[in-house]
Amino acid sequence: MKDERLIEAIEKHSQIEGSLLNLLQEVQQKFNYLPKEALQEISDEMNIPLSRLYSIATFFKNFSLTPRGKHSIHVCMGTACQIWGGQKLVERVGELLNIKPGETTEDLSFTLDTINCPGTCGLAPVVMMDKEIHGKVTRDKVAALIKKYQG
Amino acid sequence: MASYRLNIMICAGTGCVSNRAFQIREAFDKEIRKNSLEKEVLTVMTGCNGFCAAGPIVIVQPEGIFYQKLTVKDIPFLVEEHFLKGRPVKKFMYTPPKETEPIPKMNDISFFQKQVLIALRNKGIIDPEAIDDYIARDGYAALSKILSKMKPQDVIAEIKKSGLRGRGGGGFPTGLKWELARKAEGEQKYVICNADEGDPGAFMDRSIVEADPHTILEGMTIGAYAIGASKGFVYVRSEYPLAVERMHNAIAQSKEYGLLGDNILESGFNFDVDVIQGAGVFVCGEETSMIASIEGKIGEPKPRPPYPVEKGLWGSPTNINNVETWANVPAIILRGSDWFSKIGTKTSKGTKVFSVAGKIKDAGLVEVPMGLTLGEIIYDVAGGIHSDKKFKAVLIGGPSGGCLPADCLGLPVDYESLTKAGAMMGSGGLVVADEDNCMVEMARYFLNFTKDESCGKCTPCREGNAAMLDILTRITQGEGTMEDLDLLEDLAHAIKDTALCGLGNTAPNPVLTTLRYFRDEYIAHIKDKKCPAHECRQLNTYTIDEERCVSEGHGCDVCRRNCAYDAIMGEKGKAHRINQDKCAKCGVCYEVCKFAAVKVD
Ligand SMILES: Cc1cc2nc3c(=O)[nH]c(=O)nc-3n(C[C@H](O)[C@H](O)[C@H](O)COP(=O)(O)O)c2cc1C
Repeated sequence: MKDERLIEAIEKHSQIEGSLLNLLQEVQQKFNYLPKEALQEISDEMNIPLSRLYSIATFFKNFSLTPRGKHSIHVCMGTACQIWGGQKLVERVGELLNIKPGETTEDLSFTLDTINCPGTCGLAPVVMMDKEIHGKVTRDKVAALIKKYQG
Repeated sequence: MASYRLNIMICAGTGCVSNRAFQIREAFDKEIRKNSLEKEVLTVMTGCNGFCAAGPIVIVQPEGIFYQKLTVKDIPFLVEEHFLKGRPVKKFMYTPPKETEPIPKMNDISFFQKQVLIALRNKGIIDPEAIDDYIARDGYAALSKILSKMKPQDVIAEIKKSGLRGRGGGGFPTGLKWELARKAEGEQKYVICNADEGDPGAFMDRSIVEADPHTILEGMTIGAYAIGASKGFVYVRSEYPLAVERMHNAIAQSKEYGLLGDNILESGFNFDVDVIQGAGVFVCGEETSMIASIEGKIGEPKPRPPYPVEKGLWGSPTNINNVETWANVPAIILRGSDWFSKIGTKTSKGTKVFSVAGKIKDAGLVEVPMGLTLGEIIYDVAGGIHSDKKFKAVLIGGPSGGCLPADCLGLPVDYESLTKAGAMMGSGGLVVADEDNCMVEMARYFLNFTKDESCGKCTPCREGNAAMLDILTRITQGEGTMEDLDLLEDLAHAIKDTALCGLGNTAPNPVLTTLRYFRDEYIAHIKDKKCPAHECRQLNTYTIDEERCVSEGHGCDVCRRNCAYDAIMGEKGKAHRINQDKCAKCGVCYEVCKFAAVKVD
């Protein structure tokens, strides 16, 4: 895969010891998943067996081997959010989008995931829409948020 | 630096940022320009103030006036009244519950009064993105002191004497760890800052990195000098983008100032730091897993010994400390071990930062002397229980910790007392549960977390925790037996004794503490098939008080429209009723009814 974004990322991170995780994060961010061809390219360029990249890509939760939706919805499953009913919020989002955590809507507009705490426990329960954190989320508020992101 | 009549310190911790802190700043700047106050008033974005429940927070210095819950709309009025006319605005100040007069100054608010700030000494006072602010508060003075006047051994002796213990959970004496790392054989040595903050329900480390990244860098550089390391890593979880960004920025600035890199302050000492972003796996907070993941492998733990101080990153001696541990180091070096060891208890010196959340009035971040009681933190500092409900438990130490009941509120926070009670200090997450939270469900929740996060390498953790989860799930669904309780206890002890790493060793703690302190609730689920907190929905029965439905809600019909199972009969203006045969017990009707007409039993 000769993609400039990829070549640039490999160049940058292969200089730094211990930076493989950072490289994969950057690729995941740029492509919204880890394309097989990208892993192949990293394997060739950095002389790392593809099997090892695969094991890393499947061990760490941030990585996805399939394309993710245009928007990501992360419902927090941290302790404070649990206490404030986070579980019900996941169910609610699942109902609204007709998907389960870890799944992407058919039109690739949303991926629903749970997250173990972005650290804003004072605002529980919390939902992260892409990178934006929304606090004190209710049934109605989450429905409105999804509507807003649907465009 | 130019001096201003007023400095507007705007909290830019993640909590306040999601409450639109940056838009508030824009609004301030606009009004300041409009009123030609640019030369008199300066806005500054700071790290987390700590009083997250009141966000977004603004402090006006030098008076120390505390404004809370501001919106963009409030700013023109505030600027005119306070900055132009010199009349601080009462309606944006904090008023304690049950009182009518607001408290103008931050330091007079009870949330701040029992706090003693060491790790958080600069929070809200400096701009975390400005190294000059840090230096103006004696930043890098400790580094300069050790490089010019102290031998590495002296630094270690000073830290040992201070009694500082690791703030990442285990409480290992920091000076001793450094000494072991110094003595270990190896050309190349490493230091690591553990900012992975795995406890889902804690935000101390995030806040420290966001508020004062330079103190961590300074601490790490001092540690590196003491043990003879030339390279360091800050391992931050990627869920904390703001912390990652501020750390990168701090590294670049301190390199520019010659405080990091080659030949630091002309001393001949070299030390460099890189940031590694975690990738969403809890066990990577465990030191051997963290090392594996920096090495570019999957983050599975290894048996210890050998400990990282002997054989760590790429086989070299490696000293890992938690964020808060590092943040204490510059203060100890500068003010002396005697000063530090006077704070706290006999075995636990200094302060501890806690993040307090859950069913609590004043959720936020606090730093208190070791030895304060749990009750003092919950009631005196954090304002007590939300909505004046009844306290049920405090969850301390996250998934590795325990659920402690009201009887334990008198316990002092120190490493030994909390361990004795079956919990642990952990890294400082305190989550409060009230009467509406079910303790069996809480245990099931934590076990579900550890089962998901178990890396699968050792059998006790992989299989044992899954087996415990099965049993707990059964109990919450009303299908448990009394024998299950014995089985749970047996399993818990077996896993504790045989798991490979701390994740497995501590995963049974929430189960064991709830069994110990809240056995009644387990029995109610098993024998009476009831959840006393009504949280286990499968055990609930929902009904509608038809009289109330009509008299209060005028048959508003909201419940019927929200029921996904067609289980509610009725029409607008008339009484509604639930068809128990169709009801799936999802509880949505109970949640949406604004007139308390839906009853749960
Ligand atoms: C499952 C597990 C998760 C851990 N997570 C963290 C963490 O998030 N942050 C942390 O500082 N230490 C964590 N630790 C403890 C580290 O292994 C290590 O003891 C600590 O970083 C040492 O620093 P300290 O001596 O300054 O406390 C964890 C340990 C285990 C077993």
